[in-house]
Amino acid sequence: MSIDVLLQQIVNGLVVGSVYALVALGYTMVYGILQLINFAHGEIVMIGGPTSVFATKWLLSMGRPSLLALLIAILVAMVVCAVVGVAIERVAYRPLRNAPRLAPLITAIGVSILLQQLAILVFGRNYFTFPELISRDPITIGVVTVTMNEIVILLASVALMAALLWLVHNTKIGTAMRATAENQKVAGLMGIDVNKIIAITFAIGSGLGAIAGVMVASNYGQAHYYMGFMLGLKAFTAAVMGGIGNLWGAMVGGLILGLVENVGLIFVRGDYKDIFAFVVLVLVLIFRPQGLIGERVAERA
Amino acid sequence: MADMLFTAEGVTKRFGGVTALDNVSMQIPRGSIFGLIGPNGAGKTTFFNTLTGLYQVDEGKFLFDGKPLNVKAPHEVAQVGIARTFQNIRLFGEMTVLENVMVGRHVRTKAGAFGAIFRTPSARREEAEIEQRAHELLAYIDLSKRAGDKSRTLAYGEQRRLEIARALATDPKMVALDEPAAGMNATETVTLRTLIERIANDGTTVMLIEHDMRLVMNVCQHIVVLDYGKKIADGTPSQIQKDPAVIKAYLGGAHAEVGAKA
Repeated sequence: MSIDVLLQQIVNGLVVGSVYALVALGYTMVYGILQLINFAHGEIVMIGGPTSVFATKWLLSMGRPSLLALLIAILVAMVVCAVVGVAIERVAYRPLRNAPRLAPLITAIGVSILLQQLAILVFGRNYFTFPELISRDPITIGVVTVTMNEIVILLASVALMAALLWLVHNTKIGTAMRATAENQKVAGLMGIDVNKIIAITFAIGSGLGAIAGVMVASNYGQAHYYMGFMLGLKAFTAAVMGGIGNLWGAMVGGLILGLVENVGLIFVRGDYKDIFAFVVLVLVLIFRPQGLIGERVAERA
Repeated sequence: MADMLFTAEGVTKRFGGVTALDNVSMQIPRGSIFGLIGPNGAGKTTFFNTLTGLYQVDEGKFLFDGKPLNVKAPHEVAQVGIARTFQNIRLFGEMTVLENVMVGRHVRTKAGAFGAIFRTPSARREEAEIEQRAHELLAYIDLSKRAGDKSRTLAYGEQRRLEIARALATDPKMVALDEPAAGMNATETVTLRTLIERIANDGTTVMLIEHDMRLVMNVCQHIVVLDYGKKIADGTPSQIQKDPAVIKAYLGGAHAEVGAKA
């Protein structure tokens, strides 16, 4: 194994890992506040993909410049995903707020399947080509080859994560979110509208997921109804690895998982790539169920 | 009749066959310090939980500030102007002392998520105000020095005071303190007493649910005693201390004055 290959895989791993991290944040935020694993989150990310494809194509056909089209498409995807996320919480999870924890978990799996099927109805079964709005031509920097698209993904992810951390720790809404996560009942009696804060949490998590969906679509140049499934599982693994409920954990977990997967590719054939995530998941659950950063003992539904 | 901030009329609450509250009525004058006492299991906390909307009453009603009190979600209790502390301290342990107080301000501010995310000028101004008011309240309870520490690192008496500051941050008309002196040493209780008196002097009505008889008798202007869900006495501290029913409830027979107990 040459050092060049290793460096290249580290860079690839960081790009993929930053997307995992964005998606993992959606899982971990919801878990932190509701102790619910929202298995439908992967599908919300998926919805961001085709939505942005259709939005960009339409905007380009209207003659909009490509960068503007991309930005508007991202906004459209964020709004659509946030609405879907909030609607799911309202319709499927809120009525089960006080039910045994297995009930919302199974509901989440049901919602996930429902969203996939709805996506087939709305978007169709085809693969959609995402227009190359940011160049996917390889650029060689030293021994490493990247695309402009990958650089943008990495930088945008870091910026979004920093913005989220800042929001959670320095704003009124963030304080209310942390208070609700720590003790819903007391937060309510202190005047926080808990339902509203939960809805906002779903909206933010889904919005970040939407951006991740656009990133995946633009990076691989395609989107389809099934793209959220494996991505969701891996991001969930990342969240568990970092310590579910912990924002830093989701970010670190996402990056580590991306690195493990891509560095692991040096040793095994590409077909086996997906194994790493689940080996990691099993190992973490056996040896450190609270996650790398998590302090609380992980509770499982 | 004096200006009543809070009135309970014939409040009854049953759990299955148990009548936890049986036709309880009381009135709290605005600006007063009001004591609600009774032996363990008397229904003090049940009364409190019905008042704050955690349970629905079976019969009777509450009036608060001249209007029927009818809360459906916990945050509405804070909205109408009732704030509380808890028998077993429930601070947000992972948040700083200052942030705990800032949470209480939430209900009195308007800017939503949109403002918070996109940094509108009004949202920024509001957040600056929240922080300033929280600092003032920390000064009020003499905890300014610990503003940046996680609240779980505070000493017990300090945590109690912080809970009171958090409650005051909601700008309540009435603050209800659920056994604030429990577990406090003598010095801490004296500090607490001074604080309670200051809160009332500053215009906030105080409802005190307490076991510490000396504190209740010294600080309250008016006391209601519950036993087995029924109101057994209602009056000034000196009346309560001489009330045979109260003495019986507390000591199980005719013994010394209640006031001597503590």
